[in-house]
Amino acid sequence: MAFPEPRPTKPELPRKSVRSLPCRQGAVRAVRFNVDGRYCLTCGSDKSLCLWSPLRGTLLRTYGGHGAEVLDAAGSFDNSRLCSGGSDRAVLFWDVASGQILRKFRGHAAKVNCVQFNEEATVIVSGSIDSSVRCWDCRSRRPDPVQILDEAKDGISSIKLSDHEILAGSVDGRSRRYDLRMGELYADYVGSPITCVCFSKDGQCTLISSLDSSLRLLDKDTGELLGEYTGHKNHKYKLDCCLSERDTHVVSASEDGNVYFWDLVEGTLALTLPVSRGVVQSLAFHPTEPCLLTASEGSVHCWREESFVAEDELPA
Amino acid sequence: MAARGSDSEDDLVTYGTGLEPLEEGERPKKPLPIQDQTVRDEKGRYKRFHGAFSGGFSAGYFNTVGSKEGWTPSTFISSRQNRAEKAVLGPEDFMDEEDLSEFGIAPKAIVTTDDFASKTKDRIREKARQLAAAAAPIPGATVLDDLIAPAKLSIGFELLRKMGWKEGQGVGPRVKRKPRRQKPVPGVKIYGCALPPNGSEGSEEDDDDYLPDNVTFAPKDITPVDFTPKDNVHGLAYRGLDPQKALFGISGEHFNLFSDVSEGTSNLLGSIRPNKGRRLGISGQAFGVGALEEEDDDIYATEALSKYDTILKDEEPGDGLYGWTAPKQYKSRTGSEKDTQYVGKILDGFSLASKPLSSKEIYPPPELPKDYRPVHYFRPVVTATSENSHLCQALSESTGKILSDMSKQSRYQLNASKRGEMLGETPIQDSTTSILEFLSQKDKERINEMKRATEIKAAEIKGKALVPKAWNSRFQPDSPDDSPYTQQMVLSGDVTAGRSSDFRPFAKDPEKQKRYEKYLGNIKKGQKDALESCLDPRMTEWERGRERDEFVRAAVLYRPSSSSLSSRFTHAKQEDDTDQVEVPRDQENDVNDKLSAVKMKMFGKLTRDKFEWHPEKLLCKRFNIPDPYPASTIVGLPKVKHDKYSVFNFLTIAEPTTLTTTQVSNERAQQNHSRNKPRKPSRWDIPDQEQKKEDCISEFLSMARSKAEIQKQQLRPLVNNAEGSAVESSSAKVENESVDQKNEEDSRPSMDLFKAIFASSSDEKSSSSEEDESENEDNQADPGGSDPASPKPSDLVETSSDIQVSALVVNEPVPPVTLQKMQLDEREEFGPRLPPVFCPNARQKHEPVPQSSFLEGHPKEKPKKSKEKRKTKKDHKHKKEKKRKHKKHKQKGKQKNKKTEKSSSSESVDSSDSQSDSEVKDISPQELLRRYGILLYSADIEMEPAGRMDSRP
Repeated sequence: MAFPEPRPTKPELPRKSVRSLPCRQGAVRAVRFNVDGRYCLTCGSDKSLCLWSPLRGTLLRTYGGHGAEVLDAAGSFDNSRLCSGGSDRAVLFWDVASGQILRKFRGHAAKVNCVQFNEEATVIVSGSIDSSVRCWDCRSRRPDPVQILDEAKDGISSIKLSDHEILAGSVDGRSRRYDLRMGELYADYVGSPITCVCFSKDGQCTLISSLDSSLRLLDKDTGELLGEYTGHKNHKYKLDCCLSERDTHVVSASEDGNVYFWDLVEGTLALTLPVSRGVVQSLAFHPTEPCLLTASEGSVHCWREESFVAEDELPA
Repeated sequence: MAARGSDSEDDLVTYGTGLEPLEEGERPKKPLPIQDQTVRDEKGRYKRFHGAFSGGFSAGYFNTVGSKEGWTPSTFISSRQNRAEKAVLGPEDFMDEEDLSEFGIAPKAIVTTDDFASKTKDRIREKARQLAAAAAPIPGATVLDDLIAPAKLSIGFELLRKMGWKEGQGVGPRVKRKPRRQKPVPGVKIYGCALPPNGSEGSEEDDDDYLPDNVTFAPKDITPVDFTPKDNVHGLAYRGLDPQKALFGISGEHFNLFSDVSEGTSNLLGSIRPNKGRRLGISGQAFGVGALEEEDDDIYATEALSKYDTILKDEEPGDGLYGWTAPKQYKSRTGSEKDTQYVGKILDGFSLASKPLSSKEIYPPPELPKDYRPVHYFRPVVTATSENSHLCQALSESTGKILSDMSKQSRYQLNASKRGEMLGETPIQDSTTSILEFLSQKDKERINEMKRATEIKAAEIKGKALVPKAWNSRFQPDSPDDSPYTQQMVLSGDVTAGRSSDFRPFAKDPEKQKRYEKYLGNIKKGQKDALESCLDPRMTEWERGRERDEFVRAAVLYRPSSSSLSSRFTHAKQEDDTDQVEVPRDQENDVNDKLSAVKMKMFGKLTRDKFEWHPEKLLCKRFNIPDPYPASTIVGLPKVKHDKYSVFNFLTIAEPTTLTTTQVSNERAQQNHSRNKPRKPSRWDIPDQEQKKEDCISEFLSMARSKAEIQKQQLRPLVNNAEGSAVESSSAKVENESVDQKNEEDSRPSMDLFKAIFASSSDEKSSSSEEDESENEDNQADPGGSDPASPKPSDLVETSSDIQVSALVVNEPVPPVTLQKMQLDEREEFGPRLPPVFCPNARQKHEPVPQSSFLEGHPKEKPKKSKEKRKTKKDHKHKKEKKRKHKKHKQKGKQKNKKTEKSSSSESVDSSDSQSDSEVKDISPQELLRRYGILLYSADIEMEPAGRMDSRP
């Protein structure tokens, strides 16, 4: 005897700014949730990397060690390690608790745009403007990368990892998906420099944002276009895009200071969230809840759904 | 603690017993020295503890039998005072007192033994027992106790008694008196004591001769006495070394003396029977006894009857040899029939072999010919190639006689195929391969020439026609001279190079051969299912299985030889001809097709490329994924030959600069992409985006616009050329700003503008401007001649000095917008850039930290190339950066505000917070100028230039 499934509730979009993090890091180049969404990392252009509790707005720790601005960071699955990459061409491997640099991977010829851990945090995959993706081993003391994926013809702007895939978006207009299990490489051409790539939560689609002010949702297996999302402005900058927590909406930052939400299936613009006057550079969507972090002009805002009530309402 | 003071005394927790307070004047007691801290027993003797493993407390005097005075036997009594009284010593004299105590081994106290203890004496206990039995859960449980009484006699005694044995009798069946046994032959030695099996005649004999027949006697209970005199030099109880025991560790009790005598022979060394399931190995004393040690008695050995000799006379070996070493005397029992057939004499100790010996045939040595000289001269083996043909020639000449002889005999000239021919075999059709087939036509001709020359020579000099014939036969290209060796060579060639002409083990069946080749190819690629994938699915299971085996065998068979051969050669480091450099399979050449597909939104197959990609093994391990190509050694994309990345590649590309339209240059740029190494960062977005967004019309428009702007620019002084000048004319600045803003208002014209003007010259430069001077010269020539928006020739003068400058100088006459863009791009990197830094928080909180850090971070951001570029024209840079700042003003209102605050200027309020991008555009030139003045004093604060991402030429 099965109970009828509860009617699926309409997904709520984060519309309410509940908190803004006083970063004071210069421009915040990237904001990233940790694996369970309880913490977030902000990468500042003042070479610092900060760990926050975004809902409380408390700064937990500052990690200093980069020689130039930090461009991307990621946390390991067990929250014990961090990795970050920056303009100093180094990929750093941090211990969260002690704040010490465990490893410093050098080898990129230019600034490192993006870093990711693999599922077990044994490999750091970094993409750089030198058009190479490098896989660094965290287990051994090996100074050189395990493998260099230099198929891209131009800088790597974004990298995402699944359990057996490496998805790398490049400025040469291709997103390359390296399937380790199959031993194959799939390159999808979108014609315009890619700024951000994402896997959908179900692992069936890839979301690709490019500099022609459009986002495309491609089928992972065939490369067919499932949806195209336009309306925002993205011509110059490397902006982030993401999918909402239940893959219902496509979210993208924009150069006009708004964050755009599209319905994933219908492709219609669902919400335009004014965030700031400047460019919204980075986005991070909570893995399970309708919670969005935006980084623009050196400040990070935390957005929740309308019905959200914080435990302790404090003026942000 | 001391810091706490006395008030915390009550909090103190003390452990142990405190020392007694010293009385006044008393000296503290000396601690007992360690040697005095001894344990003594009740009599005051030392109890020195040895440790658990060395025996506990010591015995005697420090484990000796002596005393403090030394060893004095207790029997010693000074003869002066009193004579020895006690002469006889009992065991007690050697025992300790403790042994005689109640719990010692010989208690002295008088105890009633069991024999005398009356069973009913303890009435009270008996009563209690009965009561307990009644109250017990099982009534009558004590009955068992009553029934089971401790046996006083061993069960053996009881049994013997039951059988009629009486004490004092011997054990065994009753016997009649027998005639007295003969004494053993003096030659027979008995070692050990032997129990006579039936009776105890031996030495005890009855004197009576007459005995009635029906009277039997119990055997006498005697121990037999061996009267055999010892006449050897062995020690008492000597036993010869038991081979089984000595060699195999089988204890001697298994040495079956009771077995048949003929079997006994097999107990000797020759026929150990391990199949009896006995454990071989070390047994008995652990690990044996060293050579210098004496073997201890085997205290655990059990006495067994089988250990003793039981037969005295007849079957004992009577050969007079002692111990086992003498083989048992041959007994003709089992092999009697064989022996009778044997006519020869059989030696003692030998028996006839069961199997006849296979006799070896001996052949007489061959008879030597009369003129045989037992000296051999080795001739060097020279494989004839075109190079050493002279050597061959000389050799053949020197050995001409022999060769001719041989060719006459023609036996040594034969190879497998010839022999096969002679035997009437059909030659293999397919194998027409020989080395000569791989030679080019030229080489063949050369060889033929050589051949002819040698023929002539040989004919001339030696006059023997046979030599060249032999030569000929060796190098005839069409002769079926395909020994297996050449085939191997061919195979190796095919394995390494993947040529089509290879060794074909299944040549008869072309289908099968095809499948086999596919299989080989799969193996080379390292596919896991190499075998399965290439088999014909239409075949039956059995056929497939057989073919699988065949393929595997063939692959294994021909791999080692080929690898051994190929190991002699190294791969070419580089391709011979650069034209055939393989473009990586990520084809850039059909990017236009893809672009059109993208435009039509036909994503899918048209836009997708799929490649085989080999991940590193370690990466698979780290990802917890089985290696998709376990046997492959390739990492990354296979078959992507890295082309030679050199300056010349760029030179050749950059040379044709006469084309002016952006389309053409775009195409060329794409070619550039395709030829360049993928690692090289290059212009990435211009062609694509432009093609997508702009049509030709817009390009024309932009061209026209740019021309107009050029004209405008020419009116004003070329401020940008002024090197090292910190201050520029304000009017130019204003104009810069205004132009800039104008450009901002257009969606993005400046890029196209720039492209339109400098398509030919600067497009290539973006990729290669650092390297080659020659290209710069090209560029210098180009703008004057072919560029539609040709720069002023006067500017070219500057370029001769500096390469790097030249690139810019070409651009000098351009409207300042493009100039600025170029400068921006010097420090800009490739790819979508990051938004400019705003720091509203910092401004509000008056926190200058981010700003200062920007200053530090700034120079590091630049890629190396741009750094070099900058170095060459530092002066330019200074000026240009200022200009850049101008450009940023729109987006940097807040920063500027901060600056203005610092510099205590008052009027920047209006532009501060309320400014948006659109508002900025409306700023008046005066305002901009003012800001510029302010910014002159501020350091370069820009984190990121706000120029367009695609403006890099």
